[in-house]
Amino acid sequence: MISSVLVANRGEIARRVFRTARSLGLSTVAVYSTADAAAPFVDEADAAVHLPGNAPGETYLRAEPIVEAALRAGADAVHPGYGFLSENAAFAQAVLDAGLTWVGPPVDAISSMGSKIESKKLMAAAGVPVLAELTPAEVSAADLPVLVKASAGGGGRGMRVVSRLEDLAGEIEAASAEALSAFGDGTVFCERYLAAGRHIEVQIMADQHGTIWAVGERECSIQRRHQKVVEEAPSPLVERIPAMRPLLFDAARKAAAAINYVGAGTVEFLADESGEFYFLEMNTRLQVEHPVTEETTGLDLVELQFAVAAGDRLPPEPPPTVGHAIEVRLYAEDPQHDWQPQTGVLHRFEVDSSVRVDSGVADGSVVSPYYDAMLAKVIAYGTDRSTVARRLAGVLDRAAIHGVRTNRELLAWVLRHPAFLAGETDTAFFDTHGVGEPADERAVRLAALAAALADAAGRRTGLPSGWRNLASQPQRKSYRVGETTYDVEYRLTRDGLVVDGDIRLLASSPTRVVLEVDGVRRVFEVAAYDGLVCVGPISLTPVPRFVDPATRVAAGSLVAPMPGTVIRVGVAVGEVVKQGQPLLWVEAMKMEHVIAAPADGVVGALHVEAGQQVEVGAVLAVVGEDV
Amino acid sequence: MMSNREAMLEKLAVLDTEYAKALAGGGEKYVARHHQRGKLLARERIELLIDPDSAFLELSPLAGWGSDFTVGASLVTGIGVVEGVECLITANDPTVKGGASNPWTLRKALRSDEIARANRLPVISLVESGGADLPTQKEIFIPGGAMFRNLTRLSAEGIPTIALVFGNSTAGGAYIPGMSDYVVMVDGGAKVFLAGPPLVKMATGEDADDESLGGAAMHARKSGLADYFAVDEQDAIRLGRQIVSRLNWRKAGPAPASAYAEPRYDADELLDIVPGDLKVPFDPRDVIERVVDGSVFDEFKPLYGSSLATGWASVHGYPVGILANARGVLFSEESQKAAQFIQLANRSNTPLIFLHNTTGYMVGQEYEQGGIIKHGAQMINAVANSKVPHVSILMGASYGAGHYGMCGRAFDPRFLFAWPSAKSAVMGPQQLAGVLSIVARAAASAKGMPYDEDGDAKMRAYVEGQIEAESLPTFLSGRLYDDGVIDPRDTRTVLGICLSAIHSAPVEGTSSFGVFRM
Repeated sequence: MISSVLVANRGEIARRVFRTARSLGLSTVAVYSTADAAAPFVDEADAAVHLPGNAPGETYLRAEPIVEAALRAGADAVHPGYGFLSENAAFAQAVLDAGLTWVGPPVDAISSMGSKIESKKLMAAAGVPVLAELTPAEVSAADLPVLVKASAGGGGRGMRVVSRLEDLAGEIEAASAEALSAFGDGTVFCERYLAAGRHIEVQIMADQHGTIWAVGERECSIQRRHQKVVEEAPSPLVERIPAMRPLLFDAARKAAAAINYVGAGTVEFLADESGEFYFLEMNTRLQVEHPVTEETTGLDLVELQFAVAAGDRLPPEPPPTVGHAIEVRLYAEDPQHDWQPQTGVLHRFEVDSSVRVDSGVADGSVVSPYYDAMLAKVIAYGTDRSTVARRLAGVLDRAAIHGVRTNRELLAWVLRHPAFLAGETDTAFFDTHGVGEPADERAVRLAALAAALADAAGRRTGLPSGWRNLASQPQRKSYRVGETTYDVEYRLTRDGLVVDGDIRLLASSPTRVVLEVDGVRRVFEVAAYDGLVCVGPISLTPVPRFVDPATRVAAGSLVAPMPGTVIRVGVAVGEVVKQGQPLLWVEAMKMEHVIAAPADGVVGALHVEAGQQVEVGAVLAVVGEDV
Repeated sequence: MMSNREAMLEKLAVLDTEYAKALAGGGEKYVARHHQRGKLLARERIELLIDPDSAFLELSPLAGWGSDFTVGASLVTGIGVVEGVECLITANDPTVKGGASNPWTLRKALRSDEIARANRLPVISLVESGGADLPTQKEIFIPGGAMFRNLTRLSAEGIPTIALVFGNSTAGGAYIPGMSDYVVMVDGGAKVFLAGPPLVKMATGEDADDESLGGAAMHARKSGLADYFAVDEQDAIRLGRQIVSRLNWRKAGPAPASAYAEPRYDADELLDIVPGDLKVPFDPRDVIERVVDGSVFDEFKPLYGSSLATGWASVHGYPVGILANARGVLFSEESQKAAQFIQLANRSNTPLIFLHNTTGYMVGQEYEQGGIIKHGAQMINAVANSKVPHVSILMGASYGAGHYGMCGRAFDPRFLFAWPSAKSAVMGPQQLAGVLSIVARAAASAKGMPYDEDGDAKMRAYVEGQIEAESLPTFLSGRLYDDGVIDPRDTRTVLGICLSAIHSAPVEGTSSFGVFRM
């Protein structure tokens, strides 16, 4: 009998598990790193134990202190969530050895699926279709492109696509290093890369008594950097080729049965447009995208995890799948800039509650560079796929997400994309269709004007704003969006707003500006923070009127794109460099970022050395003109 | 027949043309040249200096009107808010003859000093001036010393003075930074020395360049005349704001009410009130209702001396007493009522606003015998010795001793503004011409000579024209007899800015007046 559960995880999934635990009357225990001390999941737990440090290796990846925390806090069960130690057999064993209940599959099942190389052999033997594995040394030009994958991996980490044979060795090395740092195991393997496949997966739920459910399939083809961003159930491909479904379910059940699986798991397949599919891997844990299955089946998968862990029996058949659910993953990242992860203070996070929001953040949360940059999952459910997609897009549009750049616009753009609505959702979606455009110029100009007018409203005294008896200059304010600076010039006169264009000011307050633009009334919600102003979905950086010369950055300076650690410096002061030549490498957000020379020139200064921690914006090096 | 509104709008349009001249400064060519040098115009500097979206009241914008010099007198002065502190800001306009000071520049500068001193406003001088206009030096040199005297006297009174030097500030001009509490100089722009290279060569034979004699770097590192070294104009303004933010400035007067109502009537209707012909009286209560908080005017002695309305109100939360001419003429009753009301305002430390539309004190046997001089003197005594701040607004006529009794320029109101409809002179043009005609006719008749009726008509027309022109607000404003001509619709805003500035200094009345002749 479980009475108290420790969730060996953080953020969104910790909160998700706590929610069900509470509804079952279980008390909840969190573990948290130093950076997560103020995170909502820590606050919501009945008890919490600090894991000193920040890097996952010091905290959420350490089995021993987590088991110790469970014992100290009086938990009698451990739920691993997803990621971190969720597929770590040694951790599962340590939990069991401590006399605690492991809310997950048997240790053996984890081990056999833990190695992707081994698991594929196992699956092939069980009659599950698999893609042939390639030995790195034997990869030939005919096999290209190939995918290098971390054997212990997941979530796209340690994964590389290689299309030129000469790159293979280097990429294998890099993937191996990344895998080692992320999962503690540097083993990698190669397989043929299907550039435009469909990612279809089947949710498994199995009890200790031999019942194995295939609860329904999900499609998660829309990915960036091999990480899913849009997931749905049922799969548009399977809906188009209904004959696939029994085959998929059968293969999934076979896979689970082959390893005597118990609990929630997911069997992932890669399918082509004709409905052929191949086993990719089995995730022996709850999946990030499990909510779409919950929405279409009415099940609470976490509740079932607790039930089967306690030895309960599942009914013989799962409930049927009804309607359509779509989940999008809101990431703190910049899709227009190579998906660069974003960090900072999330001043406000508000998503319409008409849809399901599984979030790890709240107003004021800090998005740190240490962990996955997913802020929340937003899930909409309905009877009809396109209605659900449109509704979800609308919710994203209206969401108030202030302080950190996210992929919100991109997600809404995908959901409205004709190809998406037509169910044409292969893994190359972004390669085929791009990543949308940043907000259009005119919308940003209006947002900048609204920001300026809200600012003026906030400064209002009893006197008319910006009053002049002799008007010579307009009020001038500038805002930056990305690399572009938008200058706003306006005057507020007796006769109203004087500004370029057919725009009238109907009302303004510090938080709301109502303009009539070309005869159409438009409302702009404005929220201003230190160094940031959000106008609807558009975030602008107010450009200060004055720059202290002491803080000006010398031309040719290369600044850190995000907080991180310098891992290598490849040049020395005085060295002549070519445009694009890597100068140094910064590791941040578990990714390596290359800082390259912006132009041909000479390294004039190097302000950092390997191992040094750098803040975002810190000047790393200066490249001067060739002399 | 033009409506009141049409007449006022016409005058406002004329005013706008004159303001445009002030705004144009030295004209397109010199503005372009100045910009090409990477420099900001005087008003651009001010816009950058004051807080975003704050109000700025330019003072004496028509200085020099009607003279040979450019309207505005190559200087911009005004009240603006810098880092939340109301300051008196002056800026030379270097596009007008290099920002050289002419006699009107001097009068405008001295007036702004007076305003800073009376209202305890920190002074920020944005300096770039080629010095005195040499052909008119006789009007400038001797009285001009007051500019430097004033700066250090302000400092002595604890009123901060800040000079941001953008360009030339040489010879006498060097004492503007010299006498200021804080000095910022712009690298490559500021040139502050007693004598430039040619004069030094003449005087001592020494070869020296601008930079070593008076550059920002030299003054910041060697002479110590510059307290702050600014890399460019923006940086100088940034430093100026930083200095003000560290003054720990506190206004000495009482704060306004935290909440107050806007007038219930539309300020736009102020255009309808003053008749094109000032002989037609108007009710100043129509004006008051469109200017004061909540349109509430608590009249004092409404049934007595009804040619002058007196009463209490508030403007932007500041309590005020108002004296407003209701039917032009001031009689004994009005004079005594005013004298009493002014004393009451001094007892309650309440600033006074004078709304002018007066043709003067009543004349004639009955009134002389009734003691009109005595009673007028009581009013003038009260106005002259009153210590609460006064603001005068010339709405219509402001003639004769009525101008004095209603706190004309010579009675040191803290601020005095005119509407475009105002006229001020010893008497109306027709009256003045008529008086001259009567005197001439009497002289001719005494000599037994026939009177030249044609000549008389010509003389009257000429005199009327001259007096009319010289009673107009642009003319008077050009001579610094007011602080500016304002759009009637801006009256509440201008009063708000002035009252707020006024409350930078303590507001205290007096019980000490001259002997009231009974």
